[in-house]
Amino acid sequence: MQLTNRSKQVSNKEMTLMERAYLPAIATGLAITLKHFFAKKVTIQYPEVKRYLGPVFRGRHILKRDEDGRERCTACGLCAVACPAEAIQIVAAEREKGEEKLYREEKYAAVYEVNMLRCIFCGLCEEACPKQAVYLRHDEFIPVFADRDQVIWGKDLLVEDMNNRYTRETWTKEEAYELNAKRANGEVTNVVPRAIP
Amino acid sequence: MELAEFVIKTITILVVFVLTLVIAMYSTWGERKVAGFIQDRMGPNRAGPGGLLQPLADAGKMFFKEDFIPALANKWLFIAGPSLAMLTALLASAVIPFGSTFRWEGKEVVLQGVESNIGILYVFGVVALGVYGIMIGGWASNNKFSLLGAIRAASQNISYEVAMGLSLIAILMMSSSLSLGEIVSQQHGGNWNIFYQPLGFIIFLTCSFAECNRVPFDLPECETELVGGYHTEYGSMKLGFYLFAEYINMFVSSAIISVLYFGGYNYPGMDWVYDQLTGALGTQTGHNIATLIGTAVFFGKALFFIFFYMWVRWTLPRFRYDQLMNLGWKKLIPLAIFNIIITGAAVLFLKPLITAWLN
Repeated sequence: MQLTNRSKQVSNKEMTLMERAYLPAIATGLAITLKHFFAKKVTIQYPEVKRYLGPVFRGRHILKRDEDGRERCTACGLCAVACPAEAIQIVAAEREKGEEKLYREEKYAAVYEVNMLRCIFCGLCEEACPKQAVYLRHDEFIPVFADRDQVIWGKDLLVEDMNNRYTRETWTKEEAYELNAKRANGEVTNVVPRAIP
Repeated sequence: MELAEFVIKTITILVVFVLTLVIAMYSTWGERKVAGFIQDRMGPNRAGPGGLLQPLADAGKMFFKEDFIPALANKWLFIAGPSLAMLTALLASAVIPFGSTFRWEGKEVVLQGVESNIGILYVFGVVALGVYGIMIGGWASNNKFSLLGAIRAASQNISYEVAMGLSLIAILMMSSSLSLGEIVSQQHGGNWNIFYQPLGFIIFLTCSFAECNRVPFDLPECETELVGGYHTEYGSMKLGFYLFAEYINMFVSSAIISVLYFGGYNYPGMDWVYDQLTGALGTQTGHNIATLIGTAVFFGKALFFIFFYMWVRWTLPRFRYDQLMNLGWKKLIPLAIFNIIITGAAVLFLKPLITAWLN
């Protein structure tokens, strides 16, 4: 059975004088390495340059607001139930009169905490959410933390900023690069990925 | 000795010493950069622009690590090993002619640590001592791997020194002088020895790879067989000294190669440049600037050979031990002897013929 046409017949013949002199072979090798010396480097300078991770990358959590700026979350607790790592903790509260501008439903999450050491970024909370409230961003990581008090993220870090909303405009790498180029040219100025706090 | 002469000599030696150290330091950076570039990556580029502060960071790390000596090691020899390696590596740079002369108020200062009429013998003596550092360090570690590495280093150095010396004899037959300064000045005007001794050059180059324990002859520190070879037990700055000594050796042998085969500080069109400079700037300043250009050319050649060492390191795989010995004893030594015979015949018969024909 032949799988590829790259197979080579191995032979045990005596080397010719030219081959035994090594020097031509060494020169060939040196030429190859010199070619690589001047070749374009494949390195991506990570902290300065970030590679597009794809439209379905699951990164930093976000609690979405709706178009009027009201929090979508109704504190049903389905995300916490779906979470296999038990990373989500919710305390529900009832909406008071005059708070209609802040919360869309009559019940809301007074406390919504994600334990970032427990979270495995599986995205099951996204799938469980009936209100389209919780998402894992495709464009941001959870920043590195070193202290224990930075482990549990509350609503102050999770709820969406209305001035810098999270959308997912592109669904392929090519589209993403095109959009980036347009942003760089100033043709599109809608959403700029926000800096990590 | 006059005081002025003493001061001048001291300064020259200090400058040579510092230059050697700085070049060795930046060779570590260069090695990593070259390795990176050949492997299609960037190499160190975080410490300073282009990673230029990397050697300082490495040295700082080495200095602040625990200076550990194994319990069963021979304590004094364990310390003596890296010191000897460093000492012998640095000693060899003393006789290298870096340039012609500086003129200053009627005095001629030679750009050479020590002008010795047996310069090349001195280099060979000191380089041969270099193996003591490795031997002593490897033995004192009281570790099988270190000892094996040290034994390999010793046998390898002894084997290749023979071929190296033999290849050099051909040069000495042509120059009939052992002084490095004399050998360089004889190559003035494009008469570089490489054109007369291509075979000798290849033998010398191969042997200097082996003497410096560089790839493809780095069997003394072969990681796949001997953990780290002779420096398995070493850490902190003692390890740093061993690695540093290797880079100094590399610079010294690159300098020796460019002195012996590539005309040292000579370059084509040297006399024309000299005439132009002395004509425009006077005999003192013009002469000094011409000397500086020659020194720059010399360093260019030496640095190219350091690059060549690295280039080869990231191209060729390591030799097997028996292959190493076969190459040294069965190929290079007969070739070197053949080269001597050819050179002797050429000096005896061909040279009078050619000179007669040219005149």
